[in-house]
Amino acid sequence: MKNRTRTNWLAMVLIALGTVFILFPLYMAVTIALKNQNDMLNSIFGLPTNLRFENFARAIEMTNFFQALRNSAIVTVSTVVLTILTNSLVAYAIARNMNKHKFFKGLYFYFISAMFIPFPIIMLPIVKLTASLGMTNLLGLIILHTVYGLAFNVFIYVGYIRSIPIDLEEAATVDGTGTFGTFVRIIFPLMAPINATVGILICLSTYNDFLLPLVIISKQSQYTLPLVQYVFQGQFNTEFNLAFASYLLAMLPMIIVYLFAQKWIINGVTQGAVK
Amino acid sequence: MAKRKAAFYWMTVPALLLFFVFHTFPALQGVFYSFTNWNGFAKTYDLVGFKNYYYLFQDDNVGNAYWFTFKFAIVVTIVINVLSLLIAMGLNASIKARNFFRGVYFLPNILSVLIVGYIFNYLFSNVFTVWGQNLGIESLSTNLLGSQGLAWLGVAFVAIWQGIALNTILYLSGLQTIPTQLYEASGLDGANKWQEFWKITFPLIAPFFTINMVLAMKNALMVFDLIVALTNGGPGRATQSISHLIYTGGFEGGEFAYQSANSVIYFIVIAVISIVQIRYLQRRETDM
Repeated sequence: MKNRTRTNWLAMVLIALGTVFILFPLYMAVTIALKNQNDMLNSIFGLPTNLRFENFARAIEMTNFFQALRNSAIVTVSTVVLTILTNSLVAYAIARNMNKHKFFKGLYFYFISAMFIPFPIIMLPIVKLTASLGMTNLLGLIILHTVYGLAFNVFIYVGYIRSIPIDLEEAATVDGTGTFGTFVRIIFPLMAPINATVGILICLSTYNDFLLPLVIISKQSQYTLPLVQYVFQGQFNTEFNLAFASYLLAMLPMIIVYLFAQKWIINGVTQGAVK
Repeated sequence: MAKRKAAFYWMTVPALLLFFVFHTFPALQGVFYSFTNWNGFAKTYDLVGFKNYYYLFQDDNVGNAYWFTFKFAIVVTIVINVLSLLIAMGLNASIKARNFFRGVYFLPNILSVLIVGYIFNYLFSNVFTVWGQNLGIESLSTNLLGSQGLAWLGVAFVAIWQGIALNTILYLSGLQTIPTQLYEASGLDGANKWQEFWKITFPLIAPFFTINMVLAMKNALMVFDLIVALTNGGPGRATQSISHLIYTGGFEGGEFAYQSANSVIYFIVIAVISIVQIRYLQRRETDM
């Protein structure tokens, strides 16, 4: 019988070679962001001769990085919090009643079916609608992200809540706790794992989203990080060092989060997709 | 008890209203506008029946966008799934530093598609061309993204680079559900690696295959950010995806109603593909 705990060196070498393919573009991004024009002319691939952090300083100033970072942070954090609080509540009501009442069953399929509707069909009218409601700002973006997440979130929340035994709630009802109180005190704390999954997915998709801010946000002072890269793309011109410094700065917050919460993020994304 | 039921209704009503106002209503508006001749900013418009749809089917730009999007989506979906499964099997083998490698392979999934596109845009014009010249590969010695015939392969390459991340992790979690005793048993029976894969591994990860095919296909059919960052639809309209055409035509080309009709067709196409894919792949799962 083969010993399966022995290291499989062939697989290991191939996997290690594959990471070069993944890391090469990021290596290029980091080195270019730290080079000056001379280094670039001498060798595109080499390491920078002296680290030029000035590129970052100039990129921060040029793109008003901290403003964009603040906008992205506000939108991402608010959307995550609002999504977890509201979508879980809606899903709870649906999960506990969908077998008893047609209304909730219908609601479930109504939300779920929205997963098949591609954004472009909404994109053109929503621009008119948000403009007429004065929602072409960060608040509008937060609301839309939260509402559009409903379809998928209700789907995974309902699946999870139905696996929680109903006995606990019945006991609470006997004790005189109201429906809302039951949710807050009993169900919500039990939902921690699925809340983490939803939170992580929403965090990633909101932080990296480009199309919705592109069509919604009107004022440049409210641009999010991806939108800023888009707007400045023309102005970076041939100053690639500056452009790459700006790209790295925009990706950095998420990379830092990833370094610390890698296991959580991978688990969260896997759970979200498998459910 | 009645109070309890009322509370449940109140939990859903605000969400229902918001969802209707910001999702269903605009979608219905989109369908309505598709039967008008509105350009998006004029004060008045007329109902024109199915005229927009009639013209859509004769429009080369539309046909072109569908052709690009489909060939792109099919190639990307297949390549991503093959590579992801191979990488996942490598990660699932007994190797050292597995968590480190897993972390590296998943990294592209957390990055902004737009920024990844910009980074590759530079690599295509300034780095890959150097390799092409040194190695004497003609198609790479000039910017691939500038080539009318090959630019779509460049876009597909970047989509694959980034798309592998998610599918690999999903396949890996599927592989980890397979008990190792199964392989030990098949080893005793004298099965080779090839048979092992087709008789044990692949059937057991069928649900993950379904998810990955659907996810990869859906992402590829919706491609927008990458197009903006890499080619802006060019050269000419060689890499214009459907959503990019709807965006540019609808907002910049004064074709609000016309592109609304296009988005209705696009919705029908996506819905049909998703449903067929899920049905077909789920039936396969149970057959095995």
